[in-house]
Amino acid sequence: MKKYLPHIIFAGLCVVPLMNLSSYIMHILILVLMWSVIGMAWNILGGYTGQVSFGHAAFFGFGAYTAGILYYHLEISAWWGIPACVVILTALSLVVGYICLRLRGAYFALATLALGEICRVTTENLVDLTQGNMGIMIRERTWIDKTWYFYIILFIAAGTFLLIKIVMESKLGYYFVAIREDQDAAESLGIDTTFYKTISLCLSGVLTGIAGAFFMNYMGYIDPGVVFPLYDISITTVMVVMVGGAATYWGPVVGAVIMVFLAEEIRSLPYIGAAHMTIFGVILILIILFVPNGIVGDYKKLLKPFKRKKEASS
Amino acid sequence: MSLIEVKNVSKQFGGLAALTDVSFVLNKDEILGLIGPNGAGKTTMFNVINGFYRPTKGDVLLNGKRVSNLRPHVLCKLGVARTFQVVRPLQRMSTLDNVIASAFIRTKSKAEAEKVSLEVLQFTGLSDDINVLSKGLPLGKRKRLEIARALATRPEIILLDEAFAGLNPTEINEQIEIVQKIRTEKGITILIIEHHMKVIMAVSDRIVVLNYGQKIAEGTPSEIGHNPVVIEAYLGEEQSA
Amino acid sequence: MEQLELFLQTLIAGFMLGGLYALIGLGMALVMGVMRVINLAHGDFMMIAMYIAYWLFTLLDIDPYLSVFIAAPALFLFGLAIQKYLLTPVMKVESILPHNLVILTVGLAMVFSNLATVFFTGDYRSTPVSYASNAWYLTDFWSESPIELSLSMPWTLSFVLAVVITIGLWIFLTKTDMGKSIRATSQDVDAALLMGVNVNRVRMMTFGIGMILVAAAGCLFIPIYYLYPALGRQFTNVGFVITVIGGMGSTNGAVIGGLILGIFESMTATYIGMGWAPAGRFAIFVAALVFLPGGIASIIRKRRLGK
Repeated sequence: MKKYLPHIIFAGLCVVPLMNLSSYIMHILILVLMWSVIGMAWNILGGYTGQVSFGHAAFFGFGAYTAGILYYHLEISAWWGIPACVVILTALSLVVGYICLRLRGAYFALATLALGEICRVTTENLVDLTQGNMGIMIRERTWIDKTWYFYIILFIAAGTFLLIKIVMESKLGYYFVAIREDQDAAESLGIDTTFYKTISLCLSGVLTGIAGAFFMNYMGYIDPGVVFPLYDISITTVMVVMVGGAATYWGPVVGAVIMVFLAEEIRSLPYIGAAHMTIFGVILILIILFVPNGIVGDYKKLLKPFKRKKEASS
Repeated sequence: MSLIEVKNVSKQFGGLAALTDVSFVLNKDEILGLIGPNGAGKTTMFNVINGFYRPTKGDVLLNGKRVSNLRPHVLCKLGVARTFQVVRPLQRMSTLDNVIASAFIRTKSKAEAEKVSLEVLQFTGLSDDINVLSKGLPLGKRKRLEIARALATRPEIILLDEAFAGLNPTEINEQIEIVQKIRTEKGITILIIEHHMKVIMAVSDRIVVLNYGQKIAEGTPSEIGHNPVVIEAYLGEEQSA
Repeated sequence: MEQLELFLQTLIAGFMLGGLYALIGLGMALVMGVMRVINLAHGDFMMIAMYIAYWLFTLLDIDPYLSVFIAAPALFLFGLAIQKYLLTPVMKVESILPHNLVILTVGLAMVFSNLATVFFTGDYRSTPVSYASNAWYLTDFWSESPIELSLSMPWTLSFVLAVVITIGLWIFLTKTDMGKSIRATSQDVDAALLMGVNVNRVRMMTFGIGMILVAAAGCLFIPIYYLYPALGRQFTNVGFVITVIGGMGSTNGAVIGGLILGIFESMTATYIGMGWAPAGRFAIFVAALVFLPGGIASIIRKRRLGK
């Protein structure tokens, strides 16, 4: 049964558009899938390889701007952004990897944090290429209806899930986890740590970029503040994985469901809506304190209080 | 025939000399002991041979080729494996996965890596613990896991850094047996650092003694046991401790 | 001649900015050295101190420079509480993701900056002190001077006070027992433990002192800067860029790093454009990571050992 869980969920999601759901619910589902992709991508680098990035907005935004610039300057469909991302984001990841990956621990986290900020500032200032703070708008969206957007992001998410599963059960996966657990030991066991960290970063970067290119097509508008923010993208990505569970297959998906619903719900509340960042911050702190490996990683720990109650009552 | 030749190696950290002009050879099929009081530079020597450090002066030759500028993973591919003084298992991986991760270096498929790993785990007597998370293993078994991981890379030479420290007498005897089996059954040459004098006297063919980063003696265990310079170095340590 | 004037004026402004930056960097470097944690809420603590100074000025008419004596103890206590109830417990939690503590400080930063927006709105605020536009001119002292340079009075005051505080910290670190314990822990936790240093107490004190430094920086910044809730981020970035340039945990490095960053930013703003100043900050950060991974501290150490 457990083995077929991904198939069942995928099949279930495939029939969702036939259910004639409201446009709002479809929008939420699309966001959940998109965040799952970003979360899974981050998880490759952060969860499995142990290189915590605070700058995934850089990859997301690069992907979005790749699509946007193709549309705006070359006047071709922004959907070309998705294949273009594979090339551009690999290149970006190689550059970032060259600079950042020889750094260890907190240095790496800081370098990626800086990377996100560098991308935002640069995009704001390179007005000729990016339109600066005016942003890029797609005048004619491909579809008004959300069905096809849903299917596209569903296939991207399913593909990402499958890819990660294959990678993690191969030599690559073993090497990633070995690097996370002890870099020096891994190195002396014959693992070229710099090379495999770079591969992990490329995978993570390209997948995040694809999500960004999808975002451009789906939302139809981007500006530096929308795609490069620290809290709304980079830190939210970390939270998606932390809430769900780092280094688990389903963690990022569960985290995306929770975070997107929470974000939408809290933001729509009167008064409290303005404080949604505070609530996110508090959730983050509570997760770190009490369920550091997320819901999927620590679900046994989460069940414990309930079990104790049962024992007490019986 | 010499497998590894350490030629006039010096290593300095800032202004501090950890090794000064040390030379020795490791011959094929021998067990060479590297001993010395605390802070004598033994682990630094390992880190130089294994590629973690570059020597400030001098060279390390493997089969006659200079390897002192290569990184550890390259040396591992060339057949030099090592264990760590402070055991460093990949904590949140099972014992089997720990070994599989290192077996991949010379195997193509996962099935093959698993086969190699199971064989090595049996060799080191860890067959019953393959599904245990390595951080849950007792120290004696973690030391053996270190050896198992090194063996899974199918090395020509293995560097053992204090593989006996912290073990009880029974575990020490088991460990001695494993070390001797590594040579007799697998034909692997061993360079071993050890604090435990009885152990090193029992297993080594030859011994090199370091003190304050310099080589002060070299010879068979009985020669070393009677060497006044060595005795003084060790007594001096005991007096100051 | 005008070119020279512009250059010198930029250099002076950068030097002064750097002195203030050094104060921010010092607090972060101390915490980094002792706890191995980058405090990504550092700038937000400074923002809190600035609001304290702002309200004291607006409601009670207390000069911002005097409010150091209120803001610093307040943040010191707040820092101790955070260290005791959040950071210490998290140090004991075991998790797959490394850097839990760093992520925790990100959570704190989110809470602080958002709560500030909720309570104080996103408005830009400042403390219009009576001497805000006073300045000294070079020609006042040397009437034949071929070039004209000016020093704004609040800037000068802030800079001088920053220097005084830095010297005070230096004396504390080198002369007092607590200061020596902090330096020992920063160099080698295990050795410090063996020497009988109460590491937990040292950690609390260090975090508290970091808070005092950042509170002081806040009170020195408010007369010459404007205040808004999201300002913390920018100063957190300044802090960690300095910490990396200086060498993780090195206080001497942090002072030099602060000065370098201040001058560099001032130059970027003058010669390339205001919008690029933050990019310059990160450019120098990346350059430091690539070319000088050990920071300035590694140069200082090499020199000392070389002798």
